[in-house]
Amino acid sequence: MALSREEITEGLSDILEEVAGVNPDDVAEGKSFTDDLDVDSLAMVEVVVAAEEKFGVKIPDDEVANLKTVGDAVSYIAKG
Amino acid sequence: MSVNGSRVVSVGHYQPEKILTNEDLSKIVDTTDEWIVSRVGIKERRIAAEDEKVADMAIRAARQALENSGYGPGDIDMVVVATVSAKDICPNTACRVAEALGLDVPAAIDVNTACSGFEYALAQADMAIRLGSAKRAIVIGAEKLTAVTDWEDRTSCVLFGDGAGAVVVEGTDDPALAISPVVWGSEPSMSDVIRIEEDVPFIKQAGQTVFRWATTQLAPLIEKVAERADVKISELAAFVPHQANLRIIQGIAKRLDFSDDCIVAEDIVYSGNTSAASVPLALSKLVQSGKVASGAPILLFGFGGGLTYAGQVIRCP
Repeated sequence: MALSREEITEGLSDILEEVAGVNPDDVAEGKSFTDDLDVDSLAMVEVVVAAEEKFGVKIPDDEVANLKTVGDAVSYIAKG
Repeated sequence: MSVNGSRVVSVGHYQPEKILTNEDLSKIVDTTDEWIVSRVGIKERRIAAEDEKVADMAIRAARQALENSGYGPGDIDMVVVATVSAKDICPNTACRVAEALGLDVPAAIDVNTACSGFEYALAQADMAIRLGSAKRAIVIGAEKLTAVTDWEDRTSCVLFGDGAGAVVVEGTDDPALAISPVVWGSEPSMSDVIRIEEDVPFIKQAGQTVFRWATTQLAPLIEKVAERADVKISELAAFVPHQANLRIIQGIAKRLDFSDDCIVAEDIVYSGNTSAASVPLALSKLVQSGKVASGAPILLFGFGGGLTYAGQVIRCP
């Protein structure tokens, strides 16, 4: 069964906490990785790699630049 | 006469006197100490003088390694220099080293595989000695990356430094001391990821792509290096990877099963990324610190432009 947006957000929140020390309370779909959550470009790669493993999707480097907000990432992952 | 293997006899290194701190850099480009330390883990790097060439640094490191070996110039019959930044093409840097040290008639080779150059060079010396084509070699990594640095690019100019490191290698029939067979290769599909080319003669790299490759693809290759050496990762006394970026080093280390006592070289903090010089530089400092017991296994692993990679296990001299 496909994961809901809430479930994906929750999974991303766990990853963000683990690889970038982001407080889970701060994570929401509208938040920008760089501006709001202080995730730099290399930490973003770590988030993407962890998300690929967790959700079984492929997120190529070219695509990473388009993932500005948590919501962008959720949409991409939901697409599978 | 051929021998069963070769071993590292001694180490040496050289870094230019001039220190460039993050504070200094913040006056040249839009950056801060906090930004640099959090992104790449570098606090300062050494910068060669305007008229100081790659060969000058290679010579100083080689001279120290030769002195530490107890051998004289007549005892060395091979010089291999790894460099990606030597501007002088002919004579190559190895010939300049041979001339300055007063060597007899050594084979003299430059190797360019960018940041993995030292490991490729060490493998060539090891093979030449095994075959009986050489008896004793000086292997050097030397770089003046500040000469190929774009000082207007705030994402890259904070990374690079200058310096050189060297080892003396000789034949041995004792397998417990021998350098392990090299594990090497390249990723042809990623050849555009790091470039210094004629049209843009500065180091340009796709940072995120390199970071992803290094932190996800290299750990299994490093395990293969240990396997070929018949050493467990948990038995290593030290791990000296190319000093690319502290977060890459830590990202790789996280995926490997080192013992708590294993020293992971983090010379990048004070030297920056010095490409092919980074491993011999960090190795020389580590050996000279006396923190690794003689005979203990040290895994070297270089990776970078090409993309190329190579590694082997040596025994601490």
